[in-house]
Amino acid sequence: MATAEEVAKAAERRDVRDRWLLSAPALLVIFLAATGPLLIVLVYSFLTPGPYGDVKWQFSPEAWLSVFMERDIFDDTLSVAAAHVTIFLRSIKLAVVTTLATLALGFPTAYFMATRSEKTRDLWLFLITIPFWTNLLIRTFAVLQIIRNEGIINAILLKLGIVSAPVQILYTDTAILIGMAYVYLPLMVLPIYASMEKLDFRLVEAGYDLYATRFKVLRKIIFPLVKPGVIAGSILVFIPALGAYVTPSVLGGGKNMMLSNLIELQFGQGRNWPLGSALSIAVMIIVMVALLAYVRNAGKSGVRHG
Amino acid sequence: MPDKPDRNAIEVVKVSKIFGSGEGQVAALDTVSVSIRENEFFTLLGPSGCGKTTLLRLIAGFDFPTAGEILLYGQDIAPLPPFKRPVNTVFQSYALFPHMTVADNIGFGLEMLGKPKAQIKARVAEMLKLVKMEALAGRRTSQISGGQQQRVALARALAPQPKVLLLDEPLSALDYKLRKEMQIELKRLQHETGITFIFVTHDQEEALTMSDRIAVMSSGKILQVGSPWDIYDKPAERFVADFIGETNFLTAAISGVGNGKARATLKSGTTIDATVAEGFQPKDNATVVVRPEHAKLTKAKGDLAGLVENIVYFGTDTHIHVRLDSGEAFTVRQQNSRSAGCGFEQGDKVGISIGNDAAQVLKD
Amino acid sequence: MADNFSIKHQPGFTAIAATCFVVLYLPIIVLVVYAFNAASSTSEWGGFSLKWFQSAWQNTQVIDATLRSFQIGSIAAVLATIFATMAALATTRTAPYPGLTFKYAAINQPLMVPEIVTGVALLIFFSRIKIFTGYSGIGYLVAAHTAFCIPFAYLPIRARLENMDLTLERAAADLYATPWKTFRRITLPLLWPGVLAGLMLAFVISLDDVVITEFVKSGGQDTLPTYMLGQIRRGITPEINAISTAFLLLSVAIVTLFFFVSRKQD
Repeated sequence: MATAEEVAKAAERRDVRDRWLLSAPALLVIFLAATGPLLIVLVYSFLTPGPYGDVKWQFSPEAWLSVFMERDIFDDTLSVAAAHVTIFLRSIKLAVVTTLATLALGFPTAYFMATRSEKTRDLWLFLITIPFWTNLLIRTFAVLQIIRNEGIINAILLKLGIVSAPVQILYTDTAILIGMAYVYLPLMVLPIYASMEKLDFRLVEAGYDLYATRFKVLRKIIFPLVKPGVIAGSILVFIPALGAYVTPSVLGGGKNMMLSNLIELQFGQGRNWPLGSALSIAVMIIVMVALLAYVRNAGKSGVRHG
Repeated sequence: MPDKPDRNAIEVVKVSKIFGSGEGQVAALDTVSVSIRENEFFTLLGPSGCGKTTLLRLIAGFDFPTAGEILLYGQDIAPLPPFKRPVNTVFQSYALFPHMTVADNIGFGLEMLGKPKAQIKARVAEMLKLVKMEALAGRRTSQISGGQQQRVALARALAPQPKVLLLDEPLSALDYKLRKEMQIELKRLQHETGITFIFVTHDQEEALTMSDRIAVMSSGKILQVGSPWDIYDKPAERFVADFIGETNFLTAAISGVGNGKARATLKSGTTIDATVAEGFQPKDNATVVVRPEHAKLTKAKGDLAGLVENIVYFGTDTHIHVRLDSGEAFTVRQQNSRSAGCGFEQGDKVGISIGNDAAQVLKD
Repeated sequence: MADNFSIKHQPGFTAIAATCFVVLYLPIIVLVVYAFNAASSTSEWGGFSLKWFQSAWQNTQVIDATLRSFQIGSIAAVLATIFATMAALATTRTAPYPGLTFKYAAINQPLMVPEIVTGVALLIFFSRIKIFTGYSGIGYLVAAHTAFCIPFAYLPIRARLENMDLTLERAAADLYATPWKTFRRITLPLLWPGVLAGLMLAFVISLDDVVITEFVKSGGQDTLPTYMLGQIRRGITPEINAISTAFLLLSVAIVTLFFFVSRKQD
């Protein structure tokens, strides 16, 4: 006869086993079609490019070197690849500026939403969610139509006589910035709103009661309390912005390349799959650093994530 | 209730339940043993955290003991999952299925057992009649009152005719009047169905009213098992005496121990007879307990002397709090008459006489 | 107290918020308006017309791409929802056990990687398999979509599950229901709104995907978004406005439905 302890342990083991079985299909699919292939990318980054694309199974560190360096074709010396570095810097700069812009715009918006009455709040939430679920491409296209030379903005400027010739907004870095900020704004607003909704406004009341000005209350009471939401929103914007593909493609034209365009090139005309792989891994590394900073920060402010 | 030669429905044999491990481990139950006879209304009584709900859950099958055995009519049921045990539970939160009607809820257990539809229908009708809920058979459970939900939960648990019915503080959410009504209802149901009821509560009044036998629990241990009279009149330990009803504690010098009796000399100098718990050998000094209603207040001399400190009126009776000359506190309970007051005032000098067979020596 | 001091007021915030809402919707409204523009310019109004919708409707490539989007979307959404439901059951309402954090991280992993990286990874991986098996059908797209839809379906299901009273399932077990019967009669019916919400979310996410689909697809396997991307790169036609408008209406309809279902949960 089994002892009580054995029975208890057997039941526990059965429970753990059942849970593994239940989660197996999800984990399997994700491993095969999302996580697993990342390892392959890593492997590919150390191989040699094949003549028509794909790879030759031969180890080569060239891809990784090519990320930031280029070899002189005559004397094989390495020097900094200005083009690549520019693209890296542009991408990071644009991602950061987008994050800051969406923060500047999104924070007041989330605040506004959270301070509406209970009934209206749902309406505002609904209004913010719709753009969020609308296709990224469509929204980028909508921006394209507005900022192009034949678009509405220029039409108004010309009609009002503010300018004599259409202002070239499209196909500039600014266009990409406008596009990304537009597209990722809801992603910043929603987490901040989630944090703000839980804000106990009696604390704000206490602040005012203790002689704080509006700005001080904002800085010292509200902001620290919604920091988890701010950080979550920043991450949710920064990561896609860094690896953005659609918006730079559509609004940047061929000239203002971001990392994603550079990567795509390697799998197309560039025929350098290992370089494309190395660049992808480089993007992942930047993302992981950002995520680590988030986890570290979230841990400090005592946010439990589960 | 005469002692019947019944079998034991449930036997708990040296059961322990330990949560956590190492330094932080907590023993919710510590080597607990008790036998519950069939056809009895048995109550597990104790404050929150004493382990009574844990024990109930072990009997129901929602958790496994860390050590020990639980026998149902002699069979070890510990390895059986809850859906294989002929034991049903009435939950504290009722746990009625919100997406089903009252009738569907009641018939659920029988449905799961694969009984034919006609049989289920008949039994559900029977149950509805038993708990007087025929009119609400088709209602959603979220649309009925708390008291009605309670009765549906009861009917649902009784429908499959379990060997044992477990009730986890089922009346705690009801208001006073409803609770009193349900107490009588439950007692009647237990009699009619003949099913063994194991009832969990922290309300000692409830336990005294309804039970055939009570197990008083504290900190994972069973302190005393007995009929309501035994528990009330002959508390074995200080905790039991304190937890059940109101008690007076007096220090006394003990002498002449024998035959379950002893002589207790109180601080006031008088010596009275006291009973002693079975198997207990009191030391020279011990605590003696006297229930407030077993003492009488007199203007003349008594076993004790003191000053009236406070008088509290309770409707049915009056509690008179006396500060004894010895410094101890003593409460006397007096039943109220319609015409006269209690006869005493604050500040009065009084004597207290302790009835024969009113004192019990405590096992401290 | 001074005249109507609102503790909730911060200077300028309402103005910024209002501007944001307007700016968010303006381009979309412009796009929709010009879908009905008889003229083919995007800055002049030539009168109301449905001709762009008609031409889109008659465009076989558009129809083909749309059908493919729906095909992939429905299969991926259903699969993702089933797997996500199982995964949610496995990872919720339990004390932490070894492997739980791993599972949770693994399920949400697709959300943490930029799409371009996943797109590249799948391009490489599937091209290898293509060489091996010679298969180049829609299966790759379905697999890829299922994978990144799982975390989206997972969220509402998990949320609903966490709010469910565990005692109900205990009561069912107490009343002789086997674990499977408990799931079918108690857990699933009560979980259903969450499952439905997850299904809708997964479907929308799949329909909307551009990057991963672009990298994984073989020639001629356009979904609606990739078709539109190709067209936009070539030049702007009002037909795209019409397609976009139709697509928008669909998204709005699904989101509205999603909101209703989520609200009914209480």
